[in-house]
Amino acid sequence: MTPLLQVKNLAKMYGARIGCTDVSFDLYPGEVMGIVGESGSGKSTLLNSMAGHLTPDRGEVIFDTRADGPVDTVTMSEPARRMLGRTDWAFVHQHARDGLRMSVSAGGNIGERLMAVGDRNYGNIRARAADWLGRVEIAESRIDDRPSAFSGGMQQRLQIARNLVTGPRLVFMDEPTGGLDVSVQARLLDLLRNLVREMGLSAIIVTHDLAVVRLLADRLMVMKDGRVVETGLTDQVLDDPQHAYTQLLVSSVLQV
Amino acid sequence: MSDYNFAYLDEQTKRMIRRAILKGLAVPGYQVPFASREMPMPYGWGTGGVQVSAATLTPEDTLKVIDQGADDTTNAVSIRKFFENTAGVATTEETEKASVIQTRHRIPEAELSEDQILVYQVPIPEPLRFLEPRETETRKMHALQEYGLMHVKLYEDISQHGAIATSYAYPVKVAGRYVTDPSPIPKFDNPKMNMAAIQLFGAGREQRIYAVPPYTEVVSLDFEDFPFEASKADHPCDLCAAEDSYLDEVILDDAGNRMFVCSDTDYCRSRRDAGHMGRLSEEAA
Repeated sequence: MTPLLQVKNLAKMYGARIGCTDVSFDLYPGEVMGIVGESGSGKSTLLNSMAGHLTPDRGEVIFDTRADGPVDTVTMSEPARRMLGRTDWAFVHQHARDGLRMSVSAGGNIGERLMAVGDRNYGNIRARAADWLGRVEIAESRIDDRPSAFSGGMQQRLQIARNLVTGPRLVFMDEPTGGLDVSVQARLLDLLRNLVREMGLSAIIVTHDLAVVRLLADRLMVMKDGRVVETGLTDQVLDDPQHAYTQLLVSSVLQV
Repeated sequence: MSDYNFAYLDEQTKRMIRRAILKGLAVPGYQVPFASREMPMPYGWGTGGVQVSAATLTPEDTLKVIDQGADDTTNAVSIRKFFENTAGVATTEETEKASVIQTRHRIPEAELSEDQILVYQVPIPEPLRFLEPRETETRKMHALQEYGLMHVKLYEDISQHGAIATSYAYPVKVAGRYVTDPSPIPKFDNPKMNMAAIQLFGAGREQRIYAVPPYTEVVSLDFEDFPFEASKADHPCDLCAAEDSYLDEVILDDAGNRMFVCSDTDYCRSRRDAGHMGRLSEEAA
């Protein structure tokens, strides 16, 4: 089986400082990879470098495209990469307002990607927007409301709907549950888990919340100072951490 | 004659503007940056159009200037006087007799011919501006033809108003490539942009020139199930009874009486001269 995404020796420097370096891994279709680490460990830099928001200094990010098979997205042309960003890729930001157009209605937000790939039928766009609102548990009557009138959890769900409407195969998520209270978090996780299973999505989830990766991720990568210090199956890494930093991370989780 | 160089601008400046115009004609709908000059009128009064006209005029040309279709409003009168003084060219109010027509926010009703040039005054040349404030980003969107956002605006119109409520500055796609702002002409005029005359657009404050060559395909953006509609007030002209012209609504008194008249004054006058009579013809005469 061809991996959906192959990352090879990826590095991003900020001048002399290391953003992230020597990162390599394969991600297979349907697999969910978690990336954990403390603030400043380079996990967001890594995510943004993979998703094309930052230009990596070294390394390859090879994506198995529908048309041409595995292609290095770092060296591919910008139009092709941006097209990928609207079709086969999705990016869920930590702050919903970074990923939403706050002055455009919920329906317009969801419809944007459809219109960007050429859908020109209003009825069709609206029907799919309504369908997706339902799937992320937002009442259809809110379709013409702006995201600014939504709660934080609803905004996050709307952002997910907006991203998944074009049926992407790979979703990048940057702290998708950050800043939400625990009950809202739980529902969002539930939703994400269902969507990932239903649509057979592959996902890369960056978070500092170990409980989130325990629920969502099949595999786990632990980062420290821009480098990957430990990888493995999620349960294995969390239950039997090998690296000193991972042990610290796991033992730092507050118990209720 | 006057002591000004012909048509006010110096020859080097006109050359620079002509280069921008030629580039604009070569890449229909693309906004060409140019070094806009200070003109003896405030921004927003047609400085872009005036510079394009100045670079286009020759001593043999006949100039017509309209403002919202009318030849006799402040903007039109002052620009016409400006070129009478600085270029000494002949001026006219008759569309057919003009070789260069500078316009603010209208296309004349009479069909334009191959030997005419229509110069538009443009306030905001970037159709994506109110959707995406960053110039770097809008340029990238044009370069990569990422125009989905334009349809988001139309989607919002329909979801809020039940129809595309944008009634002027209605976005068009020129020659199948660039999404372009047609300047704030009513959308009634959009279909007329497929014309035989050369169309030049000048934005003085924003320092952009763009162009639509003759017989270039200009398509108004829309949805399959909400097609573009060129709308106008549903009345005949009260002075000349024209049913096919764009109308201005004029409030007559405090009792709510109103009249609709052609916004194109030359078109209305020529029809009245030919004997057409509207609902209020006698009173007006």
